[in-house]
Amino acid sequence: MEFDLKKQTVREVNQALHDLPKDQSAEVVVGGISGDHNLAVGMDHPVKITLNGHAGYYCAGMNKSAEIIINGNAGQGVAENMMSGKVHVKGNASQSAAATAHGGLLVVDGDAAARCGISMKGVNIVVKGSVGHMSAFMGQSGCLVVCGDAGEALGDSLYEAHLYIKGKVASLGADCVEKEMRAEHLEELSALLKEAGCDDDPKSFKRYGSARQLYTFKVDNASAY
Amino acid sequence: MTMKEPGLIESATFSRDVIHEIQRAAETGIYDIRGFGAKRKVPHFDDLLFLGASMSRYPLEGYREKCGTDVVLGTRFAKNPIKLDIPVTIAGMSFGALSANAKEALGRGANMVGTSTTTGDGGMTPEERRTSKTLVYQYLPSRYGMNPDDLRKADAIEMVLGQGAKPGGGGMLLGQKITDRVAQMRNLPKGIDQRSACRHPDWTGPDDLAIKILELREITDWKVPIYIKVGATRTYYDVKLAVKSGADVIVVDGMQGGTAATQDVFIEHVGIPTMAAIPQAVRALQEMGMHRKVQLIVSGGIRSGADVAKAMALGADAVAIGTAALVALGCNHPKWDEEYRKIGSASGFYDDYHEGKCPAGISTQNEELAARLNPEEGGRRLANYLRVLTLEAQTLARACGKSHLHNLEPEDLVALNVEAAAMAGVPLAGTDWIPGKGY
Repeated sequence: MEFDLKKQTVREVNQALHDLPKDQSAEVVVGGISGDHNLAVGMDHPVKITLNGHAGYYCAGMNKSAEIIINGNAGQGVAENMMSGKVHVKGNASQSAAATAHGGLLVVDGDAAARCGISMKGVNIVVKGSVGHMSAFMGQSGCLVVCGDAGEALGDSLYEAHLYIKGKVASLGADCVEKEMRAEHLEELSALLKEAGCDDDPKSFKRYGSARQLYTFKVDNASAY
Repeated sequence: MTMKEPGLIESATFSRDVIHEIQRAAETGIYDIRGFGAKRKVPHFDDLLFLGASMSRYPLEGYREKCGTDVVLGTRFAKNPIKLDIPVTIAGMSFGALSANAKEALGRGANMVGTSTTTGDGGMTPEERRTSKTLVYQYLPSRYGMNPDDLRKADAIEMVLGQGAKPGGGGMLLGQKITDRVAQMRNLPKGIDQRSACRHPDWTGPDDLAIKILELREITDWKVPIYIKVGATRTYYDVKLAVKSGADVIVVDGMQGGTAATQDVFIEHVGIPTMAAIPQAVRALQEMGMHRKVQLIVSGGIRSGADVAKAMALGADAVAIGTAALVALGCNHPKWDEEYRKIGSASGFYDDYHEGKCPAGISTQNEELAARLNPEEGGRRLANYLRVLTLEAQTLARACGKSHLHNLEPEDLVALNVEAAAMAGVPLAGTDWIPGKGY
């Protein structure tokens, strides 16, 4: 099945995607994309969708079950609030990638901008390049894997998300600390790198997590709030 | 309370309440967190009066001539606008802040009179979807419990930018209310303080919001209305930007609006009164040619049918109640006075919703306390109250000669004092003078 956004609207394409049978796999290719917003949002189908071109905001937003490949860059909030499935950005991703996502896997071959994985709630994210500032802010659960560097205030106000960074970390946010990389973490990281098609050595990464000092209000921590 | 004795002069600046707060702050080192809304006296609907009919206006016959109360919300873009029998809706309150029984009671009461309820921070519970015929799903910065399945089950979506009790603030659910179920719904460890963000994580400003709203419309195939809720602050500009961003309905929550847990300093010192916000919102809508096309819901301190009628006369299409609905269920009921006193409060004063010890079983996750609220009985009480609000509003509208609550207009109102006249934009009673209008 093929669509062309030079001839069809985003509304028409999304409606056609939503009308696909929910219990059958299918392959869909969408061409003619030039920064269009809200492409392939709200999918609830075990289909493979290939988007050829640079996607605008919220591409693959709230995805469930679908595998969505973006042959280009992705705008703000790619795979935001994803529940399951896989989203693969072949280029770079703008800010707030996989924001608040509950599940599934986001792979970014290039870099991801600020606030990657903000308020993540169970999603796994693998960025082959670097991530911008405030990534994994208030991250609740899931894993953020960065093969490059991380910007300022990584993991600020972190809850229970696992952060694995290979390169330099510009600075850690409030309550985010480096933690011991134990066997179970290496196993978790290896599986994610493999799934994302990375051949980086898991042992070359450092693990960061929550110091859990801000979990309940203590007046002695007032300067951290 | 200590009685005042002759010769003992209390300072207006350092009153006993102020002294108590300074000493409390000195002892604990933390600001006061509480629920409820602003307790300070601010200009409100009590400062307005209806003129009623006489020689120059014909009244309608009470109980015989019809005064319509229905309202349709979301007519701008949604395929399926919401049709309500009465213009009083139930405001967003979360499972987590409230017990499951309280949420169920709200749903039952609203159903009985044909109005809607609203979810809150933490997501939609199956119980509230089952018990609420018309359910508005809040889309909040925290996105706790947000999922596309529930989004598609909702009858409308309310994009929350702020609330009247704390415009510019996020939410807080303290550890004592985080039970296994609440923790699971929010994907966080049990027993920790849950901070809800004050800004949305994936959009900033009205241009982004317009795209975000389109995303929600695409996900729901343009079926359901999308509301934008703002705390009342720079209401004129916020409403204009909300319209520009593509809202079907705008909810403006004044500073008297309630909260489950916020800093007292926030509740009392940020935002503007509900009455002051309505004319700003209406002016913004009128200038854009969107009044009555983008519907306006007003909340924050609505207590009686008079408040409903006055808000609508100033130009609201509907109102929402939160605190009053909880009071109708039994919050602050004198029958629990002894228990309120055991936790350092008294009936009529209780505002520590965040502590989860509510004797009435409403703002708690304690199963024993929650069991005190029978959802069917609570639902009946709420339905009774909503019917009274409606009958009272109809009474006033008929007195003004109006065959529908929506026909009420500012011309029906006067103000009792200069402040209210200026804020509401209606004449001071007995004069033609509206402060600021130059005549």
